[in-house]
Amino acid sequence: MNNFFAVGITGTGSYLPDKILTNHDMEKIVETSDEWIRTRTGIGARRVADEKTAASDIASEAAERAMEDAGIKAEDIDLIIVATITPDMPIPSTACIVQKNIGAVNAAAFDVSAACTGFIYAMTIGEQFIKTGFYKNALIIGTETLTKFLDWQDRNTCVLFGDGAGAVVLQRTEEGFGILSSYLGADGKGGESLTLPGGGSRMPATYETIDQRLHCIKMDGSDVFKFAVRVMGAAALKALEKSNLEIEEIDFLVPHQANIRIIEAAAKRLKLPMEKVYVNLDQYGNMSAASVPVALDEAVKKGHIKKGDTVVLVAFGGGLTWGSSVIKWIK
Amino acid sequence: MVFEKIVKIVGEQLGVDDLTTIKKETSLMNDLEADSLDAVEIIMAIEDEFGVEIPDDEAENFKNIGNIVTFVEKNL
Repeated sequence: MNNFFAVGITGTGSYLPDKILTNHDMEKIVETSDEWIRTRTGIGARRVADEKTAASDIASEAAERAMEDAGIKAEDIDLIIVATITPDMPIPSTACIVQKNIGAVNAAAFDVSAACTGFIYAMTIGEQFIKTGFYKNALIIGTETLTKFLDWQDRNTCVLFGDGAGAVVLQRTEEGFGILSSYLGADGKGGESLTLPGGGSRMPATYETIDQRLHCIKMDGSDVFKFAVRVMGAAALKALEKSNLEIEEIDFLVPHQANIRIIEAAAKRLKLPMEKVYVNLDQYGNMSAASVPVALDEAVKKGHIKKGDTVVLVAFGGGLTWGSSVIKWIK
Repeated sequence: MVFEKIVKIVGEQLGVDDLTTIKKETSLMNDLEADSLDAVEIIMAIEDEFGVEIPDDEAENFKNIGNIVTFVEKNL
């Protein structure tokens, strides 16, 4: 069909901070209840990075695990892409800090910002480089320390998010395996429904921006819910269509972990039984760009995904952005 | 016709067995104990069923099933 190389995921890894904040812990911080959070979101607990830990630290741990899983050395990595909306700082990029931490001295490195869809964006970018032969071994990471950007007085948002990191290694693979198709989308018109307004050139940090809590995540829940349910099904179908596959041929769906009600509603629209859908948000909440790679790593390590399986990754998030990938699993 | 279809959607979403208990005066939140996400899902299912768009500010004004029926009938 073409002269491109097939590109597959040859290793996965994830890292979650040790500290667990349960819904009962949240009851002591804001006026909420375990029952309210569980029925509205499906979330039971989330992980929290300590004061000394930044996005690059957990990203580096996840990266080491993915490289070990793929059996590849740091010096063989020639590209690092980090998807995050909670970078250590604007400069240097989190990808460069990871490069230093893991000793990937031969790699180019940069960050991608596409919120919860970030990992699928980053993986699709990495895929293009390997497909064309420009690079051979790419490390794609989704890492977030969202708990450092939450308004702990806003019970509608602070209960939703958690910290974590997931990584994959992309390499050339056997023809017919690997990433069969990908689809990315965006709609900037809907951008205002999910924002972190302060700290950029529009609204540089001042005493006022801090007082007004503008350095925290703001979300219009019902707008995002509607968008998410519709786009998740549509994005999955779009990627399937590009690889000439039907919904019935999906062996496993790894969706972005924002809300169990969104996942269930999208699965219902796709007519996909929940046994084929991976869910871990009960333990971790929404980890934005880290949700998909952490879920993928867990699903693989637990044996839900085996060689030859057709796996669909799908995510949606701020921007607004969305994306999906269909993968024929190689390992 | 619109009313019956909406009753069916509401019943399915909220797991109401006896659909005759859902009347025009019935309130989703107060009588059927729907939460805000149930309401959004019901609105979405109604939009898909009838091919209409129900803006959020309209949806917020619906007090009962009858209000939804009236809106859909006007906008069909």
